[in-house]
Amino acid sequence: MRHPRSDPPHKGEGGRRAPTDPRITAGIVALAAIALLIGGAFAGLILEGARDLSGAASAFDPYLLRVVRFTLWQAALSTLLSVVPALFVARALSRHPRFFGRGFILQLFTVPLALPAIVAALGILALYGRAGYFAAIAGQSWPDVYGLSGILIAHVFFNLPLATRLFLEALGTVPADQWRLASQLGMGARAAFRLVEWPVLRAALPGVAGLVFMLCITSFTIVLILGGGPAATTLEVAIYQALRFDFDPARAVTLTLLQIALTFAVVLALMRLGANVTGDANLPVAPRRYLSAGPTETALNAILIMLALLFVAGPMAATVAAGLGADLGRLAGESAVRQATLTSVILGLLAALLSVTLSLSLIMTRRALSLRRRPSARSLLEHATDTGAGFVLVVPPIVIGAGWFLLLRTVSDDFAIAPVMVVTVNAVMAMPFAIRAMRPAYDAASERHERLCAQLGISGWNRLLLVDWPSLRRPLATGFAFAMALSLGDLGVIALFGSDSVQTLPYLLLARMGSYRTADAAGLALLLGAVCLALVVAADWLGRGEKS
Amino acid sequence: MTPAKDTEKGTPVRLDKVAFSYSEMPFLFDVEFAASKITAIMGASGSGKSTLLSLVAGFETPQSGRVLIGGTDVGSSPPSVRPVSMVFQENNLFAHLSVEKNVGLGRSPSLSLTGVDRAAIAEALDRVGLGGKEKRLPRELSGGERQRVALARVLVRDRPVLLLDEPFASLGPALRDDMLDLLAGVHAEQAMTVLFVTHQPEDARRIGENMVFLDNGMVAATGSVTDFFDGTGPEAFRRYIGAGSGGSRDIARKRT
Repeated sequence: MRHPRSDPPHKGEGGRRAPTDPRITAGIVALAAIALLIGGAFAGLILEGARDLSGAASAFDPYLLRVVRFTLWQAALSTLLSVVPALFVARALSRHPRFFGRGFILQLFTVPLALPAIVAALGILALYGRAGYFAAIAGQSWPDVYGLSGILIAHVFFNLPLATRLFLEALGTVPADQWRLASQLGMGARAAFRLVEWPVLRAALPGVAGLVFMLCITSFTIVLILGGGPAATTLEVAIYQALRFDFDPARAVTLTLLQIALTFAVVLALMRLGANVTGDANLPVAPRRYLSAGPTETALNAILIMLALLFVAGPMAATVAAGLGADLGRLAGESAVRQATLTSVILGLLAALLSVTLSLSLIMTRRALSLRRRPSARSLLEHATDTGAGFVLVVPPIVIGAGWFLLLRTVSDDFAIAPVMVVTVNAVMAMPFAIRAMRPAYDAASERHERLCAQLGISGWNRLLLVDWPSLRRPLATGFAFAMALSLGDLGVIALFGSDSVQTLPYLLLARMGSYRTADAAGLALLLGAVCLALVVAADWLGRGEKS
Repeated sequence: MTPAKDTEKGTPVRLDKVAFSYSEMPFLFDVEFAASKITAIMGASGSGKSTLLSLVAGFETPQSGRVLIGGTDVGSSPPSVRPVSMVFQENNLFAHLSVEKNVGLGRSPSLSLTGVDRAAIAEALDRVGLGGKEKRLPRELSGGERQRVALARVLVRDRPVLLLDEPFASLGPALRDDMLDLLAGVHAEQAMTVLFVTHQPEDARRIGENMVFLDNGMVAATGSVTDFFDGTGPEAFRRYIGAGSGGSRDIARKRT
């Protein structure tokens, strides 16, 4: 009725007043860099495929189908075995907000995130393997852990704690008043679960399950080490074998395209289910007191938490025990070990720096765009900065590595570009995690500061130094440490590009395993695990120290 | 106490057929705020009070129409160059910066402050009663003190228009009275044009001179505060305030 449309509205309301926000430029540059990395890989694949079309086509054989089936099957089982127990462990932990060792357990549950897959795989072998601690007790009857069982144990070891923490965060979003209300209305454990806890858990479930499934479908190192043969091979490992052992590029192209198609299909299916493939924000888990659990429930919860704790702590303890059994003094003196350590640290630092820079650019751009728009339409660019980063998980490092490997093998010496590949691919791979560590803090800070900054004219460098940096220091440190830990422990890209001249710690570890120098491998695993862990702990502590 | 010290050099604010829409809700503002007066802006939740302030501050851009401050159309200027300061209900301060620095940002967005600036900051902090608390962080202050810091920044910024978006809504009655007195005092000295969004009739009665009443995205009525509370105000306003005519009992009690 009173809505004059006689005056034509000014075009581009947002752009009319604001000069181009530097944050948006940063995001475009970051996206372009990522696109170049992924685009180059695809170019390599397509060129190679076009060169040997029949070879690529003939790669479709029964073996390939078996590989695809196994890839999906192990991922589905891993997800089920990680997520369902995690629901109950998270609930148990949330029901007992204060008990001795709770903080320790939560800390311990973050360790697998920082622990390189190769270290965990060795820990699992040291505990469950034929020559492991359990077998030593059980004797001859102890079954072999190689194959599906080993893969599942490793995947659950990684993802049960992750899922538990994510569910615990979801439970932490239940407002305190709802708990007060529940206790006032006299809800028992069962009713409270059904009416208070389950709704938030169910809402988180597709996201968590989707994330775990994605991680399992693209898991490389675990399958490479614990698969133990062609019967338990996934697409990723098959790509690696096609390139490094069979020298069959055409086959690698087919496998890679299949892997991409598969992961995209899964992501689309999950998004239909409403899953957030990038996972949710890492909120601090604040203990609270509300409903008190009865004695039976307390006992059950204690058993549940204890079992989860043992399962997660077991391989870590085995890693430490086996590692201490190695001749650490001699290892430390070896020049190959020293060289690999130095290489790992330098490449890790560079990858972390690049990762955090790219992530921050995307975070700032996404925020700037979402502030600028009307509540309705989101631009393609905003989508790209938002979910785009998560999609990086869909294109696994091996795939990118394989693409570049194929593209560059005609142009130059593949092994010469190894450092560049390791840094860039690991940086991009760590982005979803870095973004998850930083975005909530940035968005929250922006929520508080945006208008104030606009009003006071604080922008550009001033804003970065005076406003953003102080509130982002801690999450940046966390993101950096995370990216570095991931990069240090990565075996995917280096497995393709590594050589005697460019060796990282995980590569050296793999080589030692391959030549059956198990004690050396255990010692290196301990070193690698300790470094990654120390990084995350230090960054956490540093960030906290700086704040106060 | 009626502060208003009329000065000729005051800056009027005018919204000339300003159209805007947010989530399908259309707004149309056509109203003038007298120079150097305190105008209370009231209206139910969602009637457009905050939107109106955002349009003047530059956080939102009109789809059509003009935002005139002192006769200049500022509709396309970014917020920081408009001759306005704003105090929000909360989040007026950067939590990691000291009181002094938070005020200093009103002088320089890069905190490169001269001796003159520093003197002005110290003076402003004294004026709002925060002398000696320069080095404190916002979390070491009470809610009222934080709003005083925001007010100190308004003083050092020294812009002719002041926008207040329910700045005292989360304060208790006594604190609120103190803040209103402080605001009235500051206004008496600086004679800025104040647009004061509030839900509290006492706020308007205590320091407001004019009233703009919004209803459903439009200006429903304007006039002097006295008229509004005399019971001659528009029907919609009387309904909003509650009680039959002539203001609520709450107010009647406050007077005695």
